[in-house]
Amino acid sequence: MRKFGKLLAATALMSAAIAGSAYAKTLVYCSEGSPEGFDVAPYTAGTTFDASSKPLYNRLVEFKRGTSQVIPGLAESWEVSEDGLEYTFNLRKGVKFHTTSFFTPTRDFNADDVLFSFDRQRNADHPWYEYVPGISWEYFNGMSMPDLIADIEKVDDYTVKFKLTRPEAPMVANLAMDFASIVSAEYAAQLEADGRQEMLNQEPVGTGPFSFVAYQKDAVIRYAAHGDYWGGKQPIDDLVFAITTDAAVRAQKLKAGECHVAPYPNPADIESLAADPNLVMMEQQGLNVGYLAYNTQVAPFDNAKVRKALNMAINKQAILDSVFQGAGSAAKNPIPPTMWSYNDAIQDDPYDPAAAKAMLEAEGVSGLEMEVWAMPVQRPYNPNARRMAELIQADFAQVGVDVKIVSYEWGEYLARSKELDRKGAVLLGWTGDNGDPDNFLAVLLGCDGVGGSNRAQWCNEEFDALTIKAKQVSDIAERTKLYEEAQVVFKREAPWATIAHSTVFMPMSTKVKGYVMDPLGGHWFDGVDLDQ
Amino acid sequence: MIVPTFFGITIVAFGFVRVLPGDPILALAGERGVKPERYQELLVQFGFDKPIWEQYFTYLVNLFQGDFGTSIATKRPVLDEFLTLFPATVELALCAIVFAVLLGIPAGIISAVKRGSWFDQTTMGIALAGYSMPIFWWGLLLIIFFSGTLGWTPVSGRISLLYYFPQVTGFMLIDSFLSGQSGAFKSAFMHLILPTIVLGTIPLAVIARQTRSAMLEVLGEDYVRTARAKGLGQVQVIGVHALRNALIPVITTIGLQVGVLLAGAILTETIFSWPGIGKWMVDSIFRRDYPSVQGGLVLIALIVMVVNLTVDVLYGLINPRIRHQ
Amino acid sequence: MTDTQTKNIDQTVVKAEVRNAQLQMLNEFWHYFSANKGAVIGLVIVGFMVFVAAFAPWLAPHDAGHQYRDAFLMPPVWETGGSWKFILGTDAVGRDMLSRLIHGSRFSLFIGVIVVSISLTGGIIIGLVAGYFRGWVDTIIMRIMDIILAFPSLLMALVLVAILGPGLVNAMIAIAIVLQPHFARLTRAAVMSEANREYVTSAKVAGAGHMRLMFKTILPNCLAPLIVQATLSFSTAILDAAALGFLGMGAQPPTPEWGTMLAEAREFVLRAWWVVTFPGIAILVTVLAINLVGDGLRDALDPKLKRS
Repeated sequence: MRKFGKLLAATALMSAAIAGSAYAKTLVYCSEGSPEGFDVAPYTAGTTFDASSKPLYNRLVEFKRGTSQVIPGLAESWEVSEDGLEYTFNLRKGVKFHTTSFFTPTRDFNADDVLFSFDRQRNADHPWYEYVPGISWEYFNGMSMPDLIADIEKVDDYTVKFKLTRPEAPMVANLAMDFASIVSAEYAAQLEADGRQEMLNQEPVGTGPFSFVAYQKDAVIRYAAHGDYWGGKQPIDDLVFAITTDAAVRAQKLKAGECHVAPYPNPADIESLAADPNLVMMEQQGLNVGYLAYNTQVAPFDNAKVRKALNMAINKQAILDSVFQGAGSAAKNPIPPTMWSYNDAIQDDPYDPAAAKAMLEAEGVSGLEMEVWAMPVQRPYNPNARRMAELIQADFAQVGVDVKIVSYEWGEYLARSKELDRKGAVLLGWTGDNGDPDNFLAVLLGCDGVGGSNRAQWCNEEFDALTIKAKQVSDIAERTKLYEEAQVVFKREAPWATIAHSTVFMPMSTKVKGYVMDPLGGHWFDGVDLDQ
Repeated sequence: MIVPTFFGITIVAFGFVRVLPGDPILALAGERGVKPERYQELLVQFGFDKPIWEQYFTYLVNLFQGDFGTSIATKRPVLDEFLTLFPATVELALCAIVFAVLLGIPAGIISAVKRGSWFDQTTMGIALAGYSMPIFWWGLLLIIFFSGTLGWTPVSGRISLLYYFPQVTGFMLIDSFLSGQSGAFKSAFMHLILPTIVLGTIPLAVIARQTRSAMLEVLGEDYVRTARAKGLGQVQVIGVHALRNALIPVITTIGLQVGVLLAGAILTETIFSWPGIGKWMVDSIFRRDYPSVQGGLVLIALIVMVVNLTVDVLYGLINPRIRHQ
Repeated sequence: MTDTQTKNIDQTVVKAEVRNAQLQMLNEFWHYFSANKGAVIGLVIVGFMVFVAAFAPWLAPHDAGHQYRDAFLMPPVWETGGSWKFILGTDAVGRDMLSRLIHGSRFSLFIGVIVVSISLTGGIIIGLVAGYFRGWVDTIIMRIMDIILAFPSLLMALVLVAILGPGLVNAMIAIAIVLQPHFARLTRAAVMSEANREYVTSAKVAGAGHMRLMFKTILPNCLAPLIVQATLSFSTAILDAAALGFLGMGAQPPTPEWGTMLAEAREFVLRAWWVVTFPGIAILVTVLAINLVGDGLRDALDPKLKRS
C-alpha cells in the first residue's frame, strides 16, 4: 500500500513536472560515475560529493564559489574564543528542508540538525553511528575530527558551540568540507520510527539548492530546484545527472546535445570538443601534482646526484604531449602554481640525456636496473600512468638505465608503495583538500610521513624544520617565505621527479550560463542558468 | 544434482573472493590512506578478522536468509543492487535473443532449402564472421558509424533523459509504453538498437548455422521425402513437417546461449554504459567490492543453472522422441 | 614354428594394410576438406599468419616498442598527414601500428596454442579418468565441471585473472581453466560410448593395463570430436584473451597484444580511427580463418554430415 501511495505521489509529481515541461529548464550533466550513496559523510569520493553534498545539502560555512575562501552558509556568523578552543555559530533562521514525495518537514532548520549531523559521526553509541551495516565515517576520521572535537553544545535553537581539544586554525574551513553537510534530524527521526534508517542514504533530504527526485542505479539521478531555498530558487527547474562512465561516450553525448555539461574529457578529445561551435571549453589549473618518487633510503637513490641525473633524463614535454595531450603543464615544484607561496624563481632541471648519463657515470652508476611503478587507475593528476611509465622507460633507456614497469591493484599499490625497503620509484600524485601548502609539503614530504604518505621515504632536517615552522606562524608573508625556501631545498635534493600539474577541462554547451569552476575539483550547479 | 552444484558454486564464489589480492579498505581510502587502528576497526566491522571457515559458515547461513551481504562501496545490500540492475540486463538479453531468432531461423531455413546458392554462401559467410566477431570492437565500430558519423542512434543509456516515469517493471520498453508519454517508447527502442545488435551478433550466427544444419538433416529424412513424394507443396513440407522437427535442437541451442549472453553482457554493457549486472560485476571486480563480487557470482551461476534446467525440461516436453522413452 | 612364421607374415601384412588404410583415410579427409572452399581459404590465411608470426622481427618495418617522439598518432599513409614510413600510422606514443600488429600475431597464435594445449591435455586426462573409472570419481569430477560451466566463461576468466593478477600468462591460464570442461565432457562421453565396444573388451581380455587401455586403445578412437573442439577453442581463446586485454586484465601494455592495443586505443575512438580499427580487423580475420578451418575439419571428420 505504501509502495502504491509512493508511486501515485511520484506520478503526480511527475505529471506536474511534465505539464510544466514546455517551459521547464532542464540541465543535463553527464557525470563520470555513480554516487556511492546520498548521505555524504560516509564517503570520500568526489563523484559522490558532486551528486550529494553539492546539490542537496548546505554546510555551516561554505567555500565561496570559484575560490577556497570561507563564507557564511547555514551559520550567519561565528565567533572564536580567545584561546581558540571554542567556536560559536549563529544559525540562519527560516531555512527550509526539502519537501519531497517521501518527506514533508514540519519545522525549519535548527541546532538539532547540526548536532545530529555531527554527533552521529562522533559518538559510537549514537543510534545512527552505524545505521547501515558496514557504514563508517571516513572523512571525519581522516580529518582527525574525533580527537579534535571535545564536544558540540546546543546553546539555544539557533546557537551551536564547538569545543576543541586544541587550537586549530583551519577549523572553520574544515566545516565547509563535504563531510560536514547538514542533514535533517526530523527526517532521520521519522525514518527511525518507521525502521527504515537506510533510506537516509537512498532518499536524501537536505536544505540545498536542489531536492532529490529519483535515482535509477548507474543510469540517472534527477533533482528539482528547491522552491523555498534560503538563497532563492535556482534559475533552472530540473537538474539531471546522466551517469556516463566512458569519457569518449560523454564527448559524443556533448556533441549530440544529449548533455549540457560533462566533466573529465579524454585529453585526446579536447581539441575536437573545443572546436565545436556549440560547445565552450572552460579550463583551470588543477590543484594537483603528479610525481615520480624515488626511494631515497635505497642505494643508489640515496644519492641526490643520481636522482637529479635521472630527473634530467625525463622528457617532460613528450609526457605532456602524449599522456596529457596538452592538458597539463610541466611541474618544477611539489605544489601547483596556483597555490600561494609557489616559488617561481626555481629553475627546472633541464632535459639533457647526455649530461644525465655523464652524471650517472661520474657517480659510478652503470648498468642500473630499476622498477618504475605505475598505478592501475586514472587519477586527476595522471590520466594514464601506464603510458607515462612507458615513456619514462624509454627515456631512462637512453641513459643506460633498464626499467621494469610494475603495477598492482590500486589498494595494494597504495599499501606496497609505502614500504620502506620498496625497490624502485613510484608514480603517484596528490590533489589538494583545502588550498594550504602545508597540505602538500608536510603531508607528502615531511619526516612524519616516512613509511606513509611520504612515498620518497625522504626525511630532510632542513626541509622538515622549515615546514614545521611555517605551520606554527600565522603571518602569511612569513609562511610564504618559509615555504619558498623549502621548495629550494626540495629542488636541490630531488626526492621526486616532479612531472606535471594537470589542467582541468570542462566542456559545456554554449547555452550554459554562469558555471564557475571549483578549484577544489567539485561540480556545482547552483546559480547556473540555461539559455533556451 | 542441483544441490551439490549449488554448494559448489557458493564455495567457489567464497573461495575466489578470499584469494583475490588487494585490499578493499585501502582501495577505498585512496591516496589519503587510513590509520592502522582505524584499519583494524574496519576489518572487524567487515568481519574479515574471523577464521575463514567461520566466515564461510556465516555467509552460507545469511545466504539462506536471502542476505547476500552488503556492498562495501555503496553500503547497500548486494541483493538489492543486483535486483535493481537485473531487469536492464534481462531486457537487453531478451531483445538480443529475439533479434537473433527472428533473423537467424529464417536465414537458416532459406540457406538449407537453397543449399549451395549464393544466398546460402553469403549468409553462412556472414554467420561465420559474426561468430568470429570480437564484440567489444564491433560495438565501438557501430558507435563510431551510427552514432558518430550518421547520428541515427543515441550513444548510450536506456532512454532519453527527457522522459521520466516511475519504474514499474524495470523493463524500459514496457515502462515507457505504460507511461503513455508520446515518444518515450520510440526513444527506449532507439536506445536498444545498437546494444541489441552487438549482443545478438554471436547468438544470431550460432542460431542461423544450427538451423541450417538441423534443417539439412531433417530434409534428408524419410518422412520428408515421403511428404514430398505425396505431392505436398514446398511450403507445406518445409513449414509443417521439416521445421517442426528441425526446431528442437535449435531451441536447445537458444537455451545454451544464456551463458554466452551473460558473458557478452559484460562487454556490451561496458561499451554502451548500460546499467546492468555485467557492468556492475566488472566495476565490482575492479573496486575489490568483495561482497558484490561474491553475491554476483552466486546469483549469476544460479540463474544460468535454472535456465539450463528449464531448457532441459522444455526439451523433454517438445521432443516426442524423448517423451516416448 | 610355422605358427610364428604365419604370425610374422600376418603382422607385416597387417602393418601395411594399416598404413594403407591410414593413407586412404588421410586422402579421404583431404578430399572432403579441400571440397570446402572456405576451409581452404581459411587454411591459407592461417598459414600466412603463422608465417608472419614466425618472421615478425624481419617483416616488421620498425621495432614494435620504439617510440617515435615526433610522430604521435600519425594517420595511415593514404590519409592526409600520413607517411610511407608508417604505413598504417602510429599510436599515441608514436609506435608503428603495422609493426605492432605484426608482432601481435605472435601473441594471438601463441595464446591459441598454449591455451588449447593446456585445456586439451587437462580435459582429456580428466575426461578419460572420469569416463573410464565411472563411479564416485566420475561424479566428483563432473560435478566440478558443472560448477565451472555454471559461470559465464568470460566472467569466470575475469575473476580468475583478478585473482592471479593481470597479465598475459595468467589470462592464458584462466582461459584454459574455463575451456577445459568442454574437453573433459567430450572425452568422457566418447570414452563411455567406446568403453563397451568389442575391441576394448578384447584388449582388456588380452591383459592391457588401465593406462594402456585409456590412452592407447580408447583415446585414438575419440580424437575426431576433440580435434574439432580444439579448433573452436583456439578461436575462443584468442577472442577471450583479447576481451580480457580490452578490459585491462589481459596482456599489459606495452605488449602489442591486439586486445590490449584496442583497450589503449579506446580513448581515441573519435580522433584516430586507425588505432581502433586495425587491431579489431586483425582479431576478426584471424579468428574467422581459424573458424573456417574448424568448419572444414568438422565436415571432413564428422561422418554424419559427410554425405548429406
